[in-house]
Amino acid sequence: MVTYVFDGSLEGLLTAIFEFYEQKPEAVQLVWQKLHQPTILQETVTIINNEAKAKRVWNGLQKKLSPDWLKQFYVAYLSEQPQTFQDLFDFACYIFDNPKGAEKNFGNPYVIAVSQMVKKVGRERHRMKAFIRFQKTADGMYYAPVEPDFNVLPLIIPFFKNRYADQQWVIYDVKRKYGLYYNLNTVTEITYDFVSEIDTSKVNLPTELTDSSEELASLLWKDYFNNTNIPARKNMKLHIQHVPKRYWKYLNEKEGKN
Amino acid sequence: MSDRIREKLSILADAAKYDVSCSSSGGNRKNTNKGIGDSSSSGICHTYTEDGRCVSLLKILLTNHCIYDCAFCVSRKSNDVKRAAFTVDEVVELTMSFYRRNYIEGLFLSSGIFKNADFTMERLVRIVKKLRIEERFNGYIHLKTIPGASEELLTEAGLYADRMSINLEMPTESGLKLLAPDKSHDDVKKPLGFIQNTITQYKEEKKTGLIKSIPKFVPAGQSTQMVIGATPESDMEIMYSAAQYYNNFNLKRVYYSGYIPISYDTRMPVIGSQPPLLRENRLYQTDWLMRFYGFNVQELLNPNNPHLDTDIDPKLSWALRNMEQFPIDINTADYKMILRIPGVGVRSAQKIVQARKFGKLRSHQLQKIGVAYNRAKHFIRCADSTYLLHEPDALHIKNLILAESNSKYLKVAQNQLSLF
Repeated sequence: MVTYVFDGSLEGLLTAIFEFYEQKPEAVQLVWQKLHQPTILQETVTIINNEAKAKRVWNGLQKKLSPDWLKQFYVAYLSEQPQTFQDLFDFACYIFDNPKGAEKNFGNPYVIAVSQMVKKVGRERHRMKAFIRFQKTADGMYYAPVEPDFNVLPLIIPFFKNRYADQQWVIYDVKRKYGLYYNLNTVTEITYDFVSEIDTSKVNLPTELTDSSEELASLLWKDYFNNTNIPARKNMKLHIQHVPKRYWKYLNEKEGKN
Repeated sequence: MSDRIREKLSILADAAKYDVSCSSSGGNRKNTNKGIGDSSSSGICHTYTEDGRCVSLLKILLTNHCIYDCAFCVSRKSNDVKRAAFTVDEVVELTMSFYRRNYIEGLFLSSGIFKNADFTMERLVRIVKKLRIEERFNGYIHLKTIPGASEELLTEAGLYADRMSINLEMPTESGLKLLAPDKSHDDVKKPLGFIQNTITQYKEEKKTGLIKSIPKFVPAGQSTQMVIGATPESDMEIMYSAAQYYNNFNLKRVYYSGYIPISYDTRMPVIGSQPPLLRENRLYQTDWLMRFYGFNVQELLNPNNPHLDTDIDPKLSWALRNMEQFPIDINTADYKMILRIPGVGVRSAQKIVQARKFGKLRSHQLQKIGVAYNRAKHFIRCADSTYLLHEPDALHIKNLILAESNSKYLKVAQNQLSLF
C-alpha cells in the first residue's frame, strides 16, 4: 500500500490517477494534505499538480463516460469529503480498467459510492436553490449569505443567472469565504474583499444598508408563513426533516425560532 | 398602510391554505425576454410549514367574499369570519416582491365567488396578464378555474397560467349534493374538458409546424382536489373517482385533502376531531402506485377490499393478497414485476435492471442500491438466497414486517393477533 498525498484540488486528484498508472503500485490510499499524518511504515508519494497530466486523465474519462457521468464525477468531487476523494480515485481506475459502460454497474462498490455522493451533493444544490433568501440593498442589489454543507456554488450559477436575469445579486459562501456576483451580464467569482464592508458573520444586513422596502417584505413573508400553516396538522418531525435546523439561521421565516 | 396589507395577507392566506396543491413542477417557461423568472421543471419547495407541508407558491385568495354557502368551506357565506379583498396591483406587487427575494416559485391564485363567475374570473385573468406582460414574469402561476366562467375568459387565462385546477370538493356527486346543494360535478367536468381539449388543440397545432410560434397553453396541465373524511365515501369510491378523472381529463394530479373540521354543521365531523392523516397518506400511496408503478386501481381496491389497510401500505397489502406471484427473481424478472416488490422503488428498480447485466446480484448489493431489504426479502430471490423448505404464508410475513417496523402513526404497538 502506497499513500498518495494531494492538495484537495480536482487537478491534484486527476494527477494522482495519472501517477498511479505511471508508477503502477499495488494499491493506493489517497490522502488530503491537510489531513495527512506521516507514518514511518508506509511509503508516501506527494502528488505535484500537473495540468497536462490532469488534462489527459480528464480526456480519458471523457472517452469512457457519458457527458452526464463526467459531470457527476465533478459533482461528487465538490463534496470535499476525504472518503469521496478515495472513491473517485477507485471509481476512475475501475472505469479505465473495464470496457465502456461500466459506470452502470450499480453492484460495484465504487459506482454506488460515487452515485450516492452525487445524490447528496445534488440534494444540497437543490436546497440552496430553495433556501437562499435575498435581501435587497439600498443600491438595488440582492444579497444572500449561505453556508452549504458542500461546495455547491459552482453548481447553482446557471439557475440563478437565468432566473434573476434582470437584477444584480450576490451569493456569498460564508464558510468558504468566496461568492458569486451577477452584474446583469455575467456571473463572476468574488472574494472576501467584495463584501468586506459587510459583517458576513451576521445574517441580516444593517438597516442603513437595506432598501426601504426590505423590512416590510420580510415581515409579510413571515406573516404568510405563519398563516399558511394548519395547526390541526402540526408535525414538527416532518418539518425538521424537510428544513433541518442547521439552515434555520439563514431563513427569515424561522428567525427567532432556534 | 403596512398594517392593512399585513391583515389582508393574513386573512387571505389563511383562507387559501385548505387547498393542498402546492406543486410548482411541470412548468417549462424559460426566461427568454431578459425578464424575471425561469421555471424549474422539477419544482422547488422553498420552505415547509410546521405541519410539514411544502411552501412553494404564494397561495392566496383574491377575496374570501363568496356568494356560495358550501358547508365544508371556511369562506362560506354564512360563516362569521373577517372578509378582505386584494386589489390587482397588491397581488402583483406581493408576488414580485417575494419572487425577487427567492421566497417562492410563483403564485397560486384562487378566489371566493363575488357577484358571479365571469366577474371573478376576469379579475384573476387581469392579475396574471399583468404579471406576464408588464412585469415580464416567467415564474410559475397556478390559477383556479372558476366554474361557470365563459370560454373566452378560460382561453385567455390558459395563455398566461402554467397550471389550472378546479376542485371536485367531494369524491362523489352524492357527497357533494349533501354539503353543497348548489354545486355539481358536471360544473367541474365542463371546464376541465374544455381546457383539456384546448391543450390538445394547441399541442396538435404545434406538431403540424405550420405556425412558427404557438403560445403555451396551460403547459403544466390541470389538477383537482377532493376532501376526504367529510362525507362517508369508501376508499374504493374515492380512488375509482380519481382514476376516472385521471383517464378522462388527463389530469396531472389529484389531491386528497383530509377534512379539517371548521364548522358546527352536524352533517360533518365535529370541530376538534383529528384530521384523517393516515387515511390521506394511504390514498396518496395508492395514487402513486397507479401513476408510477403500473398498478390498475382494481388490483388495489375492489368490492372484496373496498378499504385500504391502515397498518400496512397498499403495495405490501397487494403483495400479501397475491402471494402466488412471489418470490420474484431479481436477476431475471421483468422490470415491471420488480416494481411490484414491496420495498423496491422506481429508482432501485432501474438500478437493479442496469446492474444485473454485469453479474448476478446478491443481497448486500441490493441493500447498497437502496432497496428496503427487510421488507423486500420476503418476496424475492437473489444470487445468495437460501433454499426455502415451505411456502411462506402471508399472515406470517405481515406479522414479521410489522414486528420490526414502527409506524409513525401508531403510538402504541399493535401486537394483537388476527383470527383469520
